Amino acid sequence: MNLPEVGTVLFYVCSVLAVFCAARVVSTRDIFHAAYYLAATLLLVAVIYLLMHAEFVAVVQVLVYVGAVAVLLAFAVMLTAKISDHRETQTNRLAVPAALAAAALFAALLKAVVGAGWEPSGAVSAQAAGSQANLQAIGMALFKDHLYPFELAGLALFTALIGAVLIARKDPE
Amino acid sequence: MIPGVTLQQILAFAAALFCIGLYGALTRRNAVGVLMSLELMLNAANVNLVAFNAYLHPGALAGQTFTLFVITIAAAEATVGLALVVSIYRARRSVRLEDADLLKG
Repeated sequence: MNLPEVGTVLFYVCSVLAVFCAARVVSTRDIFHAAYYLAATLLLVAVIYLLMHAEFVAVVQVLVYVGAVAVLLAFAVMLTAKISDHRETQTNRLAVPAALAAAALFAALLKAVVGAGWEPSGAVSAQAAGSQANLQAIGMALFKDHLYPFELAGLALFTALIGAVLIARKDPE
Repeated sequence: MIPGVTLQQILAFAAALFCIGLYGALTRRNAVGVLMSLELMLNAANVNLVAFNAYLHPGALAGQTFTLFVITIAAAEATVGLALVVSIYRARRSVRLEDADLLKG
């Protein structure tokens, strides 16, 4: 068994599992289980990033999404859950039309993707450079080409931090 | 790029993820569930960005850099969204979106 086959098989396994977990995120009744399924989906997507040689994005995905966002969602579930939540249905009356709309969008997207005729670029050689080069190049791109967006993203995070604290705190009165 | 996997297959995977997220965002009654579905949709978009980067412009990094920004903004969105959910829960004793239909009170 040679290496390329491992990557191919890994992609198929991960994508099927990720789609399954994503389906469980939107269909399971227990919203706390949905948070765990979401974490699993995000981890599997991180593996797919790794397969596409986007190592830094994969690490950020695990750190930010699995480590922070999924845990934050679990906390929100625990802070707001009621005991009756497990018994009541978790989907509203729109379930059938929404499923039809999502399926129609999926069909349209598939048709567009298959018909677009994107050809992979031949310049693969640059990809062969290792993760160290990837990390260095991303750092350079962030601090040279995208310095203002980078600083703005930091400002946005800071604003979100203050805003979240202000919104979620108990009223002082 | 992944050997033996075409760009179209990755895009189809991302489309499936996006449509599942769309279904969840439209049908979940629990506000936290809607936020989870939104994260799924954002992830699908990120997979697309990284895939286009890896397949069509393997030497460039724009797709990966953009993905980092999307992740940053998604984290900020999740923070503020969950703070709103907790705040709504305090006011209404419920996280069902049907119950959150008042601007005041």
